[in-house]
Amino acid sequence: MGEAADQFFVNLLHRLVDHAPAGVAPILSSLLSVVAILAVFASLFAVTTILERKGLGRIQNRYGPNRVGPFGFLQPVADGIKSLTKEDIVPHSADRVVHYLAPLVLVFAAFSLYAVLPIGRNMVLADLDAGVLFFFAVSSVMGLTIFMAGWSSRNKYSLLGAMRAIAQMISYEVPLILVSVTVIMAAGSLSTVSIVEKQAGYIGVLPRWYVFTPWGFAGFVLFMIAATAESNRSPFDLPEGESEIVAGYYTEYSGFKFALFFLGEYLGLFAISGLGITLFLGGWAAPLSFLTWIPSYLWFFAKLLAMIALFIWVRGTLPRLRMDQLMNFAWKFMLPMALIDLVTAGVWHFLPQGALRWFVCGALVVVPYVLLSRWLMQGWKLEKRVYRFAE
Amino acid sequence: MPKDLSERIILLFTIFAILTVTGAVAAMSLRNLVHSVLALTVAFSGLAAVYLLLGAQFVGLAQILVYVGAVAILVVFAILLTRDSGTVPLISGGSWRLLRGSGIVVFAVFGVLAWAICHSSVGRHTVHLSHDTSIYEIGNVMMQRFALPLEIVGALLTVALIGAVTIAMQEKEGRR
Repeated sequence: MGEAADQFFVNLLHRLVDHAPAGVAPILSSLLSVVAILAVFASLFAVTTILERKGLGRIQNRYGPNRVGPFGFLQPVADGIKSLTKEDIVPHSADRVVHYLAPLVLVFAAFSLYAVLPIGRNMVLADLDAGVLFFFAVSSVMGLTIFMAGWSSRNKYSLLGAMRAIAQMISYEVPLILVSVTVIMAAGSLSTVSIVEKQAGYIGVLPRWYVFTPWGFAGFVLFMIAATAESNRSPFDLPEGESEIVAGYYTEYSGFKFALFFLGEYLGLFAISGLGITLFLGGWAAPLSFLTWIPSYLWFFAKLLAMIALFIWVRGTLPRLRMDQLMNFAWKFMLPMALIDLVTAGVWHFLPQGALRWFVCGALVVVPYVLLSRWLMQGWKLEKRVYRFAE
Repeated sequence: MPKDLSERIILLFTIFAILTVTGAVAAMSLRNLVHSVLALTVAFSGLAAVYLLLGAQFVGLAQILVYVGAVAILVVFAILLTRDSGTVPLISGGSWRLLRGSGIVVFAVFGVLAWAICHSSVGRHTVHLSHDTSIYEIGNVMMQRFALPLEIVGALLTVALIGAVTIAMQEKEGRR
């Protein structure tokens, strides 16, 4: 029964395609998969917006949306209809073609990311040999679309936001790719499917995911920080810091184009979370060996929702960084740690299994972390903050 | 290779070639520098598509990652930091003499290259495409035969990276 449920969607696709004539079968198969991905992740976007607003509301001691539908859960529908019917305003001096293209290319690129994500056993749109490379290639295009949006709006806030976004995305792309290389090294493959397969199997009841190794754990934490910065989310949301530059690169967008930016941003977030799951958290594999009867795609989405919850939690907890703090953090902390992690992964690979390996690699990660943090904290005066008026 | 497949490849190649050439011509002829960069990224993407079509997955994706993702943005930064936000169109009406001179150079280079390619052995023997193994082979060759050059390049780039960060780190005292 578990097997049938696990392969339900794969078999369904085969059944549907089998009835089609031979000429259109491959096209039909791809088309159905693409439509499924579009539908599922666009709905996940709708669900996430309401979950995020509710969650942030909880954290900030308020209710969040609670008017539309039961507990406000139909709010995304209302928001969607509103953004569809709003007037599309383009600034008089804007560069019309680029202004129009930017959100479209962004959403196109964001959806393309899902082509290489294995969301279940045998459930991947394209098992490319260079799957991880494809992911980073496409996500690097998203930086360019943000520049297109910011520059074409002819607005200083837009341009400032775009410049901030690009600087941030390029800076954090370096540690992001470096920590992904650790996993590629360990798995010996660039294909997302075989990276998941390499993490299959259990020791006792515990899985053999890369996050349960010293370098994998450090890599996962670095990956998550860099992923937060890549998707321009709080505390790295300077490109759209509303208290400084209105809304950053999409200040001059309205109506449905604004919604497209919103969609693209969340799709990027889901995709990079999905990549994190694939690289470090065993993809669609069950976390405990006696839970394998639950279908693989459910595990993938459970992990994805957990990651989203983490992102919402972080957003509700941490204040926004300053620009120089952001850059310092990327180049002085993230980059050295990523390089050290890379070396650690190599050492881990060549040491024999046993306690020694854990000790050496654990020390290789923890000692530089402590020393680097101490060194970067030099001269910081951390004391109890004194409020003049709000005491 | 069945006839149908090769026809399809030629069709796709034509589309991508037109895309690449159009992008390149637009990058040359557009008056606005930022538009030129965007047109150039179209040319880069077309080239990457040709690589992918030929089964060179690694080169094609690296082309997108490096050229569209990094080089284009570097050019954009250079334009925005040196010019007036790239919004002022350049005046670049080349004279007829310049145009004629560059035309002669272009056709001479193209002619020599085409002649060399036609007379070389490249066109005569067909290469068997091995889609599944290409990245595996690249990895093997890099890790075995070219391991030393690869490591030297890796060390060089890491040194450059750390050097750049170190130079940027020397900031004034008291700044946080």
